[in-house]
Amino acid sequence: MGDLAVIGKALTAACGEPREGEMADAIGGIVPAFVVAPGSTDEAAAALRAAAEHELAVVVRGAGGRLGWGDPPSRCDLMIDMSRMSSVVEHSAGDLVARVQAGARMGDVAAALERDGQEIALDVPDQATVGGVVASGLAGPRRLRYGTPRDLLIGITIVRADGTVARSGGKVVKNVAGYDLGKLLAGSAGTLALITEATFRLHPLPAARVYVTAEYVSARIACDAVAAAANSPLVASAVELSRPSPDGPIRIGVLLEGSSDGVAARAMRMADLLGPAETSLEPPPWWRGAPDAEGGTLTRVSCWVSALPAVLDAIEAAARDAGVSPTIAGPAGAGVLYLRVDPDVAADRSAGFVRALRAARSGERGGVVVLAAPTAVREALAGYGGMAGTVPSLALMRAVKDQFDPGHRMAPGRFPDVM
Amino acid sequence: MAESTATVASTASAARGGAPAGARAVALAPAMRDICGAGNVLTDPLELRTYECDGLTSHRATPALVVLPSSADQVAAVVRACAAAGVIFVARGSGTGLSGGAVPHAEGVLIVMSRMRAILEVDPVARRAVVEPGVTNLSVTEAVRPFGLFYAPDPSSQVVCSVGGNVAENSGGAHCLKHGFTVNHVLGLEIVTPAGELTWLGDGTGVGSGYDLLGAFTGSEGTLGIVTKIIVKLTPAPEAVHLVLAAYDSLEAGGRAVTDIIAAGIVPAAIEMMDALTIEAAEAAVHCGYPEGAAAVLLVELDGPAAEVEGELATVRSICEAAGAREIRAADDPVQRAGIWAGRKSAFAAVGRLSPAYIVQDGVVPRTALGDVLARISALSAESGIRVANVFHAGDGNLHPLVLYNDAVPGETEAAEVVSGAILDACIEYGGSITGEHGVGLDKSRYMPKMFTAADLDTMQLVRCAFDPASLCNPGKIFPTPRLCGEVPGHRRGPRPAAAPGMEIF
Repeated sequence: MGDLAVIGKALTAACGEPREGEMADAIGGIVPAFVVAPGSTDEAAAALRAAAEHELAVVVRGAGGRLGWGDPPSRCDLMIDMSRMSSVVEHSAGDLVARVQAGARMGDVAAALERDGQEIALDVPDQATVGGVVASGLAGPRRLRYGTPRDLLIGITIVRADGTVARSGGKVVKNVAGYDLGKLLAGSAGTLALITEATFRLHPLPAARVYVTAEYVSARIACDAVAAAANSPLVASAVELSRPSPDGPIRIGVLLEGSSDGVAARAMRMADLLGPAETSLEPPPWWRGAPDAEGGTLTRVSCWVSALPAVLDAIEAAARDAGVSPTIAGPAGAGVLYLRVDPDVAADRSAGFVRALRAARSGERGGVVVLAAPTAVREALAGYGGMAGTVPSLALMRAVKDQFDPGHRMAPGRFPDVM
Repeated sequence: MAESTATVASTASAARGGAPAGARAVALAPAMRDICGAGNVLTDPLELRTYECDGLTSHRATPALVVLPSSADQVAAVVRACAAAGVIFVARGSGTGLSGGAVPHAEGVLIVMSRMRAILEVDPVARRAVVEPGVTNLSVTEAVRPFGLFYAPDPSSQVVCSVGGNVAENSGGAHCLKHGFTVNHVLGLEIVTPAGELTWLGDGTGVGSGYDLLGAFTGSEGTLGIVTKIIVKLTPAPEAVHLVLAAYDSLEAGGRAVTDIIAAGIVPAAIEMMDALTIEAAEAAVHCGYPEGAAAVLLVELDGPAAEVEGELATVRSICEAAGAREIRAADDPVQRAGIWAGRKSAFAAVGRLSPAYIVQDGVVPRTALGDVLARISALSAESGIRVANVFHAGDGNLHPLVLYNDAVPGETEAAEVVSGAILDACIEYGGSITGEHGVGLDKSRYMPKMFTAADLDTMQLVRCAFDPASLCNPGKIFPTPRLCGEVPGHRRGPRPAAAPGMEIF
């Protein structure tokens, strides 16, 4: 990095006086030299132009909830704090579309949309920002029915590493003009460009929700229940699984959304499908939203639902071999499970569990990806696939990174740099 | 259009010092025969001519060579041969595209995917199927129906169009209002990269690792590589399906019903509208028995669990009545529904009989702007004397105006193109899109700068540069101006025959 005073001046001209980074801003132990908070896409573009001129490594921060996920950046000169870009720019209720700034909190957006009986159908934390949710690809139980941010995103505004502002998509749901950059940016964790605005397709809020839950001792029968619920024309919005210990009983929960009469009738039939089951208007206490590492090692296993029994077996065996007891929970009906190992478990055992699970699932469809882990666990995984594990088409991904960020200044050291 | 394409070929060959157009592609014929078998490589000019256009006949170019590979390995070998020789290649599915996306390149190889039509795997428990790209859209649903499942994207051409083509175009269909587009139902692709390497994007789980190249590839109109296997998501077949037909004395009244249905929090599987001209044409063609003299016919299809659909049906009926419907019919059995849908599905062909020539547009407007844009279209039609028939996916604001003209009347073709362009201008002005499901292809690339800035288009082309730095894979489509990809350290680069300024004038 060059002369701090000169850089500070350039950033001031771009988007107001930057502040010095503090310990609270540190990411992976690196304190950024500067923190700026642009108030518009234009200001953000000016900041990134200044960053390009001075070759600054840039990390973007929304609420910061998942900034520690994945591999940490290797450098961070400039942190771009999106908190000043927090408005719902446009909500066209008749079109079921909303355009929001990236720094807006999902809870605030939800409150604004709720006034017209609509929602962005992602179960993510209220404090998470729009940009953070898109960049991390975060989704909760209802991904079974509505997908993940990439499925609901219909337009995006980004600023490239060199300060170029670009948009793709638009504000109509049906649109195939041009490449869909939103897909590429969703889940890119700030490594390709800065997201400043996102436009979503909305869904009407359901009049009623009912949860149907059942508990199983046999993993095989539980898996059959998951498949039956997810494949049922009763249209489940979510089919969640929870197994607090890797060889313990399994709880299955099915969310039905619709009219009050409709969900009542569907819930009765869904209960028949699950065997002895309970219905409730409230989610069971174990119902999770989006996954949360809570300081431990959070691993995501994906599979075809037909392979769910094999995956549960593999988790049980890997946990036994590594001497850990992960909690298992997640949208099993969508072929996703999140495994969480406590932070106080020794790093080599946490990492050993991941390695064993990867070995068991090697060659199968799906993946074993560590979303978040304490530094010691991450280091123990180096040489064993790291956080991401095997990534097909890595060469193409690197080529995409090279094109968007030729100087490797956007969250350098994260994927795919780390691979 | 045919004329301008011919000009492209001759300009291009002149730029190469007078070598006949496509000589380098033709020179690949022996290698291609080794790869695909002698019978699967076409060089006869008459045979080549059959591939000169896709479903949009106004853009034509005869390919230098046509190959019909029958496996992913063959496709990869074909592409490698093209890449090594610096020869352009274009993939083609069933040839039903409506934007000229699969129009061959006069100097290039056309890779026809129709031999690869196996359904390789159906996993009803996981709700997944693995299919080859030449498989027709409808045959996927037919193969999985016994398991109570279906493949949701249903473009009107679903009987013949290929899933590979659907991936290229991110096809929609009448039911994408509720069920989403191809991109929401394709969870894995085996592709041949423009360098000729086989690789997978996505593994069918819907959970990505790294960048979502699967999402970026879907809808890239054959410009980022060639699909050789597709993992599709299957959907449980709906328990109940009800189709409501409502006839109105004006398009505005029908439009009010659409607005009120959405405002009631109902997301129907499909909402379609046809105007008087289209109704008349459909009636003459298939005797669909739509209410006589109606100015607009609205079709609303509801699907889902029986317990929900019954309630929605009652609401939709009362909304349609309140909006002033002169007649309402409802059908829940498949035969009756098919009878009602027949009018809508025959609309394009039927309107074609009203006129010697027509242009189908595919613009999109926000649903709430439908009324304004339809009024604009009607004014454009009145001013120009060019008739426009309107049939559209009202639920998602996707218009398919059919601009009718007689190409034998001097000046009428030009007048029709002016009207057609003005309709797209109106779509853009109201915040919509130039294409909802047909793609940009060759046909609409010139409109892209009206919808996107130079920086937007440049940024999109970064993706192209990552996949196809040599610009050999279906060049000249989507983007009006190709981007020079620039040297990227450590990245493989091929020759770039298409990069000479002024050559790519599609």
